[in-house]
Amino acid sequence: MRDAHDWVAITNVESIPLREGRAVTLGDMELAIFRLENRCLTIENKCPHKGGPLCDGIVSGATVVCPLHGQRFDLESGMPVLASQPGCVATFPTRVENGIIFVHLGGRRQQEQAA
Amino acid sequence: MKEQLVVVGNGMAGVACVEQILKKSDKFEITIFGDEPHANYNRILLSLVLAGEKSPEEIVINDIEWYQKHGIRARLGVRIATIDRGRRVVVDEDGGETEYDKLILATGSSAFIPPIPGVDKKNVHVFRTLDDTRALLEKARPGLKVAVIGGGLLGLEAARGLQVRGCEVTVVHLMETLMERQLDARGGEYLKRKIESLGIRVMLPRETAALFGNGRVDGLRFASGEELEAELVVVAAGIRPNAELARAAGLEVRRGVVVNDYMETSDPRIFAVGECTEHRGQTFGLVAPLFEQGRVLATAITGSRSLSFEGASPAAKLKIMGVDIFSAGSIDESESGVETVRYEDPSLGIYKKLLLKDNRLHGMILVGDIEDEPVYMDWMRSGTDLAPNRRQILFPPRETDPGREVAGMPDSEVICGCNGVCKGDIIQAIHDHGLTTLAGVKQRTRASTSCGSCTNLCEKLLRAVAPDFQAETRTSLCACVPFSYEQLRDIIRGQKLKSVEEVLHVYGNRKGCEVCKPALSYLLDMVWCGEHEEDRSARFINDRVHANIQKDGTFSVVPRMRGGVTTPDELRRIAHVADKYKVPMVKVTGSQRIDLLGIKKADLPNVWADLGMPSGQAYTKGVRMVKTCVGTEFCRFGVQDSTQAGIELERRLENLYTPHKFKMGVVGCPRNCAEATVKDLGMVGQDGSWQVVVGGAAGKSVHKADLLITVETTEQALEACEIFFQYYRENANYLERSYDFVERLGIEKIRKETVYAPEAEKKKLLDRLARSKALAKDAWLERNAPVNPTQFVQIQPMENSYA
Repeated sequence: MRDAHDWVAITNVESIPLREGRAVTLGDMELAIFRLENRCLTIENKCPHKGGPLCDGIVSGATVVCPLHGQRFDLESGMPVLASQPGCVATFPTRVENGIIFVHLGGRRQQEQAA
Repeated sequence: MKEQLVVVGNGMAGVACVEQILKKSDKFEITIFGDEPHANYNRILLSLVLAGEKSPEEIVINDIEWYQKHGIRARLGVRIATIDRGRRVVVDEDGGETEYDKLILATGSSAFIPPIPGVDKKNVHVFRTLDDTRALLEKARPGLKVAVIGGGLLGLEAARGLQVRGCEVTVVHLMETLMERQLDARGGEYLKRKIESLGIRVMLPRETAALFGNGRVDGLRFASGEELEAELVVVAAGIRPNAELARAAGLEVRRGVVVNDYMETSDPRIFAVGECTEHRGQTFGLVAPLFEQGRVLATAITGSRSLSFEGASPAAKLKIMGVDIFSAGSIDESESGVETVRYEDPSLGIYKKLLLKDNRLHGMILVGDIEDEPVYMDWMRSGTDLAPNRRQILFPPRETDPGREVAGMPDSEVICGCNGVCKGDIIQAIHDHGLTTLAGVKQRTRASTSCGSCTNLCEKLLRAVAPDFQAETRTSLCACVPFSYEQLRDIIRGQKLKSVEEVLHVYGNRKGCEVCKPALSYLLDMVWCGEHEEDRSARFINDRVHANIQKDGTFSVVPRMRGGVTTPDELRRIAHVADKYKVPMVKVTGSQRIDLLGIKKADLPNVWADLGMPSGQAYTKGVRMVKTCVGTEFCRFGVQDSTQAGIELERRLENLYTPHKFKMGVVGCPRNCAEATVKDLGMVGQDGSWQVVVGGAAGKSVHKADLLITVETTEQALEACEIFFQYYRENANYLERSYDFVERLGIEKIRKETVYAPEAEKKKLLDRLARSKALAKDAWLERNAPVNPTQFVQIQPMENSYA
């Protein structure tokens, strides 16, 4: 078994087309992983506005636009781009190694293992 | 007996001056010598020829007929070797003599070739004439390594021209920043970034010490010892006046042929104009002052001293599409009493700097946004006191009296310098042809068709003169790609761009957004008739998975039922799908279709396979459906077979994309049961004929469609539909419904350009439609060949301790 700080191997980077997002379910969490020019970024796949699937949004630079009502989030910070927008989304450290995307579930995973 | 006037030089300055003389007097018999074998062409547009935006024919200003019409003897390809002032003759290289009473020197300038060892090697070119341009075009090919020596206007334009031909171009410049004579260091930095974003390498500062290679150039060696590989070198290191002829004749010559304020040389019978001149110590390389000189010369040579040339403040505009650079006046900040006002936005690449002296505009640098150039130029020329509106000067309000500027101009003032069109010509054309649009003025007078810098002035003139002036609405797509749809279509076509990323990288902010990406995707598909590079990341989710996303993230599925006609078999399959996938709602739509709502993304390919029906495109900006009534097949009142006509119409247009959703209806009699008159396109059957109607709506706004044409046969009606359909596809802005489009253009114009257009034009529209149609596919076939393995499914994690 891995230790608590380990990263979870998700998929080959090619399975996500450039500048698109894809959903992945890990336990009770649904994440949206985005493939940008030189890196991948991960956020929770649920818009805080009306629950829209953010993985289906159009990517603009390092932001994504929710396909339902056009809320826009920064993929690095999870913050809404317009300050007037309510709510932010959780972000998850992501790295690509030997062509494989790894996501770090951080505190979330440790909590669950302890429980 | 007429006086003999000889002009040496057939370039822009000389010929423009002759045009002015012809307007004032017919006392001269005129001979023009030109050492280039071409009629007079617009040299400043050579860079557009190099870039493929214009053909050599398009930059001709005065063709041979013009010379004949005015009785001018044109001696092209003949170089004048000497002037014998004593005998008042010019002698050409073959010894032929031509007498003159008055002589105009308009010998122009040549490329300055710095004395670098190796500049005489093969494949080292200059960029100055039409023949230079042709020579470069012959050598340019994709992948060719090109070095351009010189980062001024001409060097950058040459670099861009060669780069759009596929060459790998590096600009090498001696100075710290590009265009340092027109821009400050900061502006030069913005320009460098923009040039680099086009894909051109920039090396600063680099002193070229030598060109190496065995006979043919292989590269550049810099003073630092560093080397750059290059198979073709373009030297654009400035120009120098052609003054040798005048010097040899004993006229006063310093850098250029010295002229006084009346454009006279030291010999009162000899005048000079253009880039060969030196006036009050200044030489010239830009076009505007040369026209001014020509006007003064024409006045003086016809015997009046009412005009004089007072020198010119420099003004320069870079002609690279998407790189807006303008500079005028003095840009010397250190001059005493000069204050500067600045604005910059690095994301948008905008840099504006205004230099003020005594509250008057003294100079300007505009990078990335040159919209306000005409306002600024007006302030500078008229010396407007800016003290009352200092707060607004960076974003000046639009002029309140647009007629003021044009009212102050004489009819003879040249408005379009490129094509020599004066104010009077344009007013005459407006009256004679009832012109109301800029497009009309362009077509009739050729004004504003070349470099476009007089566009604003032409518009003002129209506004002032034409009672029914129609402003052209130029809405820019969005801040990511700040161009109008019209410009974008030209850019995509002219620069042969095939993908959204290319457009965004070359002409945009390299990011794009949810507004411009789908719009650009549409434009590329339309312009290239389906032969573009499809990029699904630039599409809305509906167009990635060919279904309509619902509020809970599930999708709705509407199969195509042409004309609203279905079969028991299809209905059984639909029922089976509804059961098998536990579809929460099955609904009959307002468009005579059946909608299956609440389907999961991952189920879409299987649902489509089980349905065995094509996509109804109910999720996209495309051809939705044709609604029909039962027409003559069953209806007691039907006078046309609307059902079959509707099915055929749908078959011809299905699977195509449109600027906005596109709904149609075909009815078999004027009772209009299938509501054809509130559709984007409708056919209304009458006894013995069809009415084709366009631009109807029954959505947010309700609008009865306009009659396009009445025709006798079903085939004629279908063809009229196809012609209008393609015209809308090509000319509407993205997200512009047909009713807004018809209202914006006016049904009369649309009739003229579609059903009443010349046969050849109609055929072109139909041909492009056929090309698109040949590549259009049922999107639901992607169930068998997804564009990527995860198009419809979630990622399955490689390891998942939660699974």
